[in-house]
Amino acid sequence: MHYSLSDMILDLIQNSIEAKAERITLDLIRSDNYLTVRLCDNGCGMTEGELKKVSDPFYTDGIKHSQRKIGLGIPFLIQTVEQTDGRFEIHSEKNMGTSLDIQFNLGNVDTPPEGDWPGLFRQAFCFEGDYELVINRKLVSDDKRETGYTLSRIELKEVLGDFNDSAAMILLRDYMRSQEEDLLSQLKEIH
Amino acid sequence: MAKMTLEELRKLRSSQKSEMSRRDVDGKEIHIIVGMGTCGIAAGAKDALDSFLETIEKNNLNNIVVKQTGCMGLCYAEPTVDVKVPGMPDTIYGHVDAAVAKEIVESHVMKKNLVDNHIVDKPAGDIIK
Repeated sequence: MHYSLSDMILDLIQNSIEAKAERITLDLIRSDNYLTVRLCDNGCGMTEGELKKVSDPFYTDGIKHSQRKIGLGIPFLIQTVEQTDGRFEIHSEKNMGTSLDIQFNLGNVDTPPEGDWPGLFRQAFCFEGDYELVINRKLVSDDKRETGYTLSRIELKEVLGDFNDSAAMILLRDYMRSQEEDLLSQLKEIH
Repeated sequence: MAKMTLEELRKLRSSQKSEMSRRDVDGKEIHIIVGMGTCGIAAGAKDALDSFLETIEKNNLNNIVVKQTGCMGLCYAEPTVDVKVPGMPDTIYGHVDAAVAKEIVESHVMKKNLVDNHIVDKPAGDIIK
């Protein structure tokens, strides 16, 4: 199993990219005790039959990785939410896309740590291809006040060019870290 | 760090570009490809990637392409990194933690000296197409 929630979510984003999604949205909504993750894509989607098989770790479509016999992204997620009193739903329609709705219970002692979010965002932006990925990171305080930031891959690509150029990747890293640091400092002020 | 706006990011990028164009670059690209499959990440590939970026930044290097890739079939030696420097043999390094990543940039990339004790032969047979 993955060490952190962010690593687990990376696998799921990668699923969307490999499903040839042109547009992916990731909402990460953090309240005191819960982390809600919504991931929607307009990729190739799955039939009802395929959808039933995704929870089986020994199922993979045989196309993405022709020599591989396992697919662990969703099974790891199911294992984690089941063990930690979380919740998870998946909806998919063939040729339309897939959406995941996950709630991690951060109050459960066995829930993995959240991990490095800006690091995840950078990684998720640096896969090859022209997909748009919009990330909404939001914190909700006890009295329902919301604060957060949004990242758009296309917007940042327009500013930085090729993310794989090390100089651009350094700026991308700094930009994402600055958004996160600002958010966390706002959180401290709220408390 | 104060929150950076998109406009500030744009300005930083364009000053970075004009700085680079002033330097004498031979046009040959250096590639650093970090294995970031589940096995790589579990073994600390993110720390290695961060260390590569920090060392590149500290030494003011350019013309380096940093990429992430999947598993190279060398899970026992993760984190693994493929380094391609013009004039040097393409090299795969294994067990690359932050300190080794720094050494790869400072020795292999900058001085064209291989880093001992971390060289692994080549990707696993079923990975090579």
